[in-house]
Amino acid sequence: MSNSSAQSYWKSNIRIVLSLLAVWFFISFGCGILFVDLLDNFRIGGFKLGFWIAQQGAILVFVALIYVYIHLMDKLDDKYNLESSKDYQPNLQTSTDGDTE
Amino acid sequence: MSVQIWTFIFVFLTFGLYIGIAIKSRAGSTSEFYVAGSGVPPLANGMATAADWMSAASFISMAGLISFLGRDGTFYLMGWTGGYVLLALLLAPYLRKFGKFTVPDFIGDRYYSQSARLIAVFCAITISFVYVCGQMQGAGIVFSRFLEVDITTGVIIGMAIVFFYAVMGGMKGITYTQVAQYCVLIFAFMVPAIFISILMTGIPVPQLGFGAELTESFGGGYLLDRLDGMSEQLGFATYTEGQRSTQDVFFITAALMFGTAGLPHVIIRFFTVPNVRDARRSAGYALIFIAILYTTAPAVAAFARTNLINTVDNIEYSAVPEWFTKWEATNLIVFTDKNEDGRIQYVGDPEINELEVNRDIMVLANPEIAGLPNWVVALVAAGALAAALSTAAGLLLVISTAVAHDLMKRSFMPNISEKQELRYARIAIFVAVIIAGYVGINPPAYVAQVVAYAFGLAAASFFPAIVLGIFHKRMNKQGAIAGMVAGFLFTALYIVYFKTINPAMDNAKGWLFGISPEGIGTLGTIVNMAVAYGISKITPEPPKDVQAIVENIRLPGEVVLR
Repeated sequence: MSNSSAQSYWKSNIRIVLSLLAVWFFISFGCGILFVDLLDNFRIGGFKLGFWIAQQGAILVFVALIYVYIHLMDKLDDKYNLESSKDYQPNLQTSTDGDTE
Repeated sequence: MSVQIWTFIFVFLTFGLYIGIAIKSRAGSTSEFYVAGSGVPPLANGMATAADWMSAASFISMAGLISFLGRDGTFYLMGWTGGYVLLALLLAPYLRKFGKFTVPDFIGDRYYSQSARLIAVFCAITISFVYVCGQMQGAGIVFSRFLEVDITTGVIIGMAIVFFYAVMGGMKGITYTQVAQYCVLIFAFMVPAIFISILMTGIPVPQLGFGAELTESFGGGYLLDRLDGMSEQLGFATYTEGQRSTQDVFFITAALMFGTAGLPHVIIRFFTVPNVRDARRSAGYALIFIAILYTTAPAVAAFARTNLINTVDNIEYSAVPEWFTKWEATNLIVFTDKNEDGRIQYVGDPEINELEVNRDIMVLANPEIAGLPNWVVALVAAGALAAALSTAAGLLLVISTAVAHDLMKRSFMPNISEKQELRYARIAIFVAVIIAGYVGINPPAYVAQVVAYAFGLAAASFFPAIVLGIFHKRMNKQGAIAGMVAGFLFTALYIVYFKTINPAMDNAKGWLFGISPEGIGTLGTIVNMAVAYGISKITPEPPKDVQAIVENIRLPGEVVLR
């Protein structure tokens, strides 16, 4: 892999991470804490909406976010032909020299 | 059969299983001992991570705390799960690619500095040790209540078992034992929750029963509306409304999230899978397995609270159920008949309230309060032990690797053989178990509090150092060391100030920006990052080979950069 495609791989990686973290922040800190009283005006079944997001909904979104991340990163690896990420096993070394080369 | 006999049967069977697994997967090399030879499949690793993560605090005390905190209890739920998103996106894949054994390994190599490594060793040992003490204490309480032995015997039984399989198996033994422990603990948590949900709402899924209507015998209406109504009537805070200030809830949630992502015994988990793809996957599995318990916990909290109020308020003291008397014997339920009418008044006003219920017993007592069969009650005890012991074992392993690997092999005695290194690792576990057992038998009053503060410390020290190490190539050793020291000291001093030096000021008015000591780790994280960034700007950039390491860990496969 050339240096420039390594650069663009990293850029796409950062973009994925940042957009997922934006959702993470919006759901947990936004809906679950900052706007919780506002959302409590709406109901789903026996739950007030804000309360439900804070105590259950956010956790489900967290799980979904990690799976979206796994999917997007697999696609990105394939696009850059990093097939090796499946087979390549980084070495565990006990020696102090010859680190990750 | 009595609860005691059932408890004995369950504990005997499950512990036999754990020890059998530990013997079968005995570790032969340092790599097997520290990271199970990196050959653990992601599904198994996810379960082990979940068991490692969910301690006595998650299993025994969290749902109980929430049932008294109501909506404010949210910071535990979101804080202790949301951190996994950070772990999966910001840390796990890169640390796996880096390919070493421990967090101090990463800090020491990335910041090309022996001092950075030693600071990291110090933080890792402090954070992990505080945790272990809490687990030992938790195991002791469960043993002493259900086997009806005194607390010292309870803790000693726990010590012997943890020591046995942590020393024998190392990470390889621990990982597969933890898979078994996950199954035991999740089964033990779900069975009573499902029973109670059916009993109260007729719906077998507690997550849905939480928002459903009560059955006729419980008076009908939505569970949460009824709980709100009962709470208001008795003068308690409304269950679904918050009492704490928004910024405090915000900061505590963030501190628990950053802390989760900075805890060495959780991070080390991602070194045990074969490759980078599996590291991502195993974070996903781990969160699913954790979410099963964490979405059930708020339901259990609401059920338990409703049941407790229904069962005890305004009944004749002479007519209390058997569980009430048994817990009274442990002094965890205290009734004082203030108006001497022979009835229990359980109300919000402290002047006339006659009942004190310890929050930590809610999960253990919940099946008894709901009148479930004895074997379910005993199952919960076995599950609580699985949670306490699996976490204790994972933490002991971090302590032993920190001593044997980071301190001996990488710092002071680089020439020791693998065999000697393993021996140091086992000696370190032995010493840690003895001290933790001692603290478990003679608990300083503040152990439970300090466990929560350990999160703040992890958040303020490790989390920024690792994230900056991966995402900011220009970060150098001066910046990272200054940041870790500043973040750790700021957080530690704030906690010490309000908890020991000036406890009179420990209230919303005295706190800095209204942030409680539980949430101060978030500010510590920000201090750490700001100091690290500032210092790194005015000091030389890291050497070229270190920058090449950073380039390398950013790519998942084996790639040669030209």
